Amino acid sequence: MSKIHVTATINGEVAEFLAEPSQSLLDALRDNLRLTGSKEGCGTGDCGACSVMVDGRLMCSCLMLAPEAQGKSIVTVEGIANGEKLHPVQQKFLEHAALQCGFCTPGLIVAAKALLDRTLEPTDTEIRYWLAGNLCRCTGYDKIVRAVQDAAAELRAAR
Amino acid sequence: MNVVANKTDLKVVGTRPIRPDGVDKVTGRATFGADFFLPGMLVGRIKRSPHAHAKIIKIDATKALAHPGVKAVVTSADFPNIPSEEAFVGEGPTNFRDLSRNCLARDKVLYEGHAVAGIAALTAEAAEAALDLIEVTYEVLPHVIDVEDAMADNAPILHDDIFTQGVDPKPTKASNVAKRVQFAKGDIAAGFAQADVIIEGRYTTQPVHQAYIEPHACVVSVAADGQSTVWCSSQGQFMVRAFTSKVLGVDMSSIRVTPAEIGGGFGGKTLVYLEPVAYALSRQCGKPVKMVMSREEVFRASGPTSGGTVEVKIGAKNDGTIVAADVVLKFQAGAFAGSPVAPGAMCCLAMYDLEHARVVGYDVVSNRPKVAAYRAPGAPISTFGVECAVDELARKLNMDPIELRLKNAAKNGTKAVYGPTLTNIGLIETLEAAKNSAHYKIPLGKNQGRGIATGFWFNIGGESSATIHINEDGTAVVATGSPDIGGSRASMAMMAAETLGIPYDKVRAIVADTSSVGFTFVTGGSRVTFATGMATVQATENVIGQLRQRAAMIWDIPVDAVEWKDGEAVPAGSNAGKFPPLTLADIALKAARTGGPIVAESAVNAQGAGPGFATHICDVEVDPETGYTQILRYTSIQDVGRAIHPSYVEGQIQGGAVQGIGWALNEEYVYDKNGKLDNASFLDYRVPVASDLPMIDAILVEVPNPRHPYGVKGVGEVPIVPPMAAVSNAVRGAIGIRMPDLPINPPKVRAAIDAK
Repeated sequence: MSKIHVTATINGEVAEFLAEPSQSLLDALRDNLRLTGSKEGCGTGDCGACSVMVDGRLMCSCLMLAPEAQGKSIVTVEGIANGEKLHPVQQKFLEHAALQCGFCTPGLIVAAKALLDRTLEPTDTEIRYWLAGNLCRCTGYDKIVRAVQDAAAELRAAR
Repeated sequence: MNVVANKTDLKVVGTRPIRPDGVDKVTGRATFGADFFLPGMLVGRIKRSPHAHAKIIKIDATKALAHPGVKAVVTSADFPNIPSEEAFVGEGPTNFRDLSRNCLARDKVLYEGHAVAGIAALTAEAAEAALDLIEVTYEVLPHVIDVEDAMADNAPILHDDIFTQGVDPKPTKASNVAKRVQFAKGDIAAGFAQADVIIEGRYTTQPVHQAYIEPHACVVSVAADGQSTVWCSSQGQFMVRAFTSKVLGVDMSSIRVTPAEIGGGFGGKTLVYLEPVAYALSRQCGKPVKMVMSREEVFRASGPTSGGTVEVKIGAKNDGTIVAADVVLKFQAGAFAGSPVAPGAMCCLAMYDLEHARVVGYDVVSNRPKVAAYRAPGAPISTFGVECAVDELARKLNMDPIELRLKNAAKNGTKAVYGPTLTNIGLIETLEAAKNSAHYKIPLGKNQGRGIATGFWFNIGGESSATIHINEDGTAVVATGSPDIGGSRASMAMMAAETLGIPYDKVRAIVADTSSVGFTFVTGGSRVTFATGMATVQATENVIGQLRQRAAMIWDIPVDAVEWKDGEAVPAGSNAGKFPPLTLADIALKAARTGGPIVAESAVNAQGAGPGFATHICDVEVDPETGYTQILRYTSIQDVGRAIHPSYVEGQIQGGAVQGIGWALNEEYVYDKNGKLDNASFLDYRVPVASDLPMIDAILVEVPNPRHPYGVKGVGEVPIVPPMAAVSNAVRGAIGIRMPDLPINPPKVRAAIDAK
């Protein structure tokens, strides 16, 4: 089967690539565009390491076909910082040591930012349920929840 | 023995700076195993056995090789048939023959998912399509999954050359019991004769996977002259080099392994699965080959740790003094011999000062993936049984579980059942901290229970190398051979900065490849901050010696008249005050005129790793209708020696506790009647998620280790030892029923409540 030409906006830039009809968006991001920040931990939508925003909606990029990205706006972990300035979620993950190996971190950063785009007053329980689709095997989630709370506080103060 | 630095004198150690590799990891820049690409790189895949146990009659790759895009197919015929040889390269003993046969099966497949062939093609689609074209003819054999079935007389035998070691006389009949181990002290019959009460129990655990989120991944490129380069995610680039060299029969100097960032390991990446296969494929077709496991392959064919049976008998006097303990362990090894039953046997009674005790362990093969190290290998399984039994003893004697443990706790000078006399141990300090914690005083409600459990892990030292370079501007680079699995670059930079007397951000720590730094043992055994830290501090002390010499040359005074203080060379003794101090930058600027580059190394075989002890408190609420167990509160108290970066020490403790909670409540390998794994996905093999858990409080107790310049003890493994018993003991309190079989999942709890 021939490849499909896809045009999408990725991290604010127009990107074009040729995708296999059966290729996942995650594979296209990683293999075709070399945006390897999004990780494959399972390929079945269970771990959240490949989380991206698609037209403002949090998605597992392993569960979306690459040709479906046609005309969509996609934000990956590489598009979260503003140039050299880290997003508060990224900065607070560093300050709270909310990562150990760092493999699940890109997905958690994307997912946590998506939560804070909706609300700056999340409870601990809301954070825990929002992030329940992002597996982390290293931290036990404690420092992650604290980092997200601290990022929310900083964004509230800047509001 | 070193003099441990006084805590109040420390400027960097004990603070919480941002890790050097942090920004890369929150922005997606960090390069993990699967993130590496080379021009002309092929995609590799593994053909795996559909059978739990079968003879391989024939492998025919003709059709696969003819498939468009396919460039190479390899089988075990592409590896030398190496003899049985035990070695300590990873964490614990590894047999190279078995390792080779686990990478690619020879003669027999021993579990569903066992690798039988490797294939490399231009695209993933071509490789996957051609996998089906590799024709393997099997003769299916009867299989055995469970450990006690495998020990039975009529069990299918996996290996006709396994005769149980450690029994006298030597058996003449092949068996699935690879080894019997025993550790004993005193006279247990005499001990039990003194007992007023005796507790007996049988406890079981299921195999659980390390479940690192990053699947195994590598790129291997073999050149026409036999020189090769490996980029991969592992817990030890030198381990990958040694294993690849051994399995392929090629010189170590021909292989250069560059460590990628590692996305979790927990012991499961202290051995190789893909690298030798990728090597053989690359050698066959002359192109770089990338191999990445799927999550399903990770579950079916890597890890897990053993499931086990733990039989415990404990005798005590009415005042709580434990007079005897007798423990029998039966551990699954998986397809090849080598479960962690020996460390399990050594650790499970180490928390107690016992006169009469015995632990017997059996290492048993069955048709499951070969177990791999998992965080304190063996200890969580055996300790689960012992700490449940001690909890039952406390209940029988109507004693507080912490008081009972304090009464019997191992202390400085206690001779452990497994041999050594323990020194500089902080178990009692953790128990006292638990007793005095706010958590222990919180009243419990209806359907709630509180569990206490302790745990021990040896911690190890071993071989590490470090190099420190003073740059031309007076900053420093520290290169070590230890993959950074949870913040060790930060702790290396902190110890070097502390020793040099310069700010943390002036030191950059990196992880070097096998051709750029001296041999370093794996990141495992809770050894990196201790042993590689010791190498780093010694290299830094060596470089300070050079800096003093350079200053002495500049001032033209004897070197022993130069002191190193707060990052500067200062004239001392009769020369004091004669010259203004020279900063690191001043000396670096003049390096060319005082002898050239300023570089120092240290290579150590670190001895004196401090023992790790922890006490955990777990509160649960059990829903009697559904049988669901909710963790309400959890506190882990651990003697860490001294925390270099307290946040990452807490992180180890919190992460280990949560892995233990998963082991206690959810996680298990489920097999069908054909010996096939039924739950090889994160959906069906459920690790704890954020919404399952409360905050995990980590209380750091610091009893410094005098064998390390900053008092470090290993911290990474002991956190997973107490949780399963802590959870079971809490559930026992909540529902009044002992749940002796893990996992304590809702159907089991509901059935136990119904049966009451």
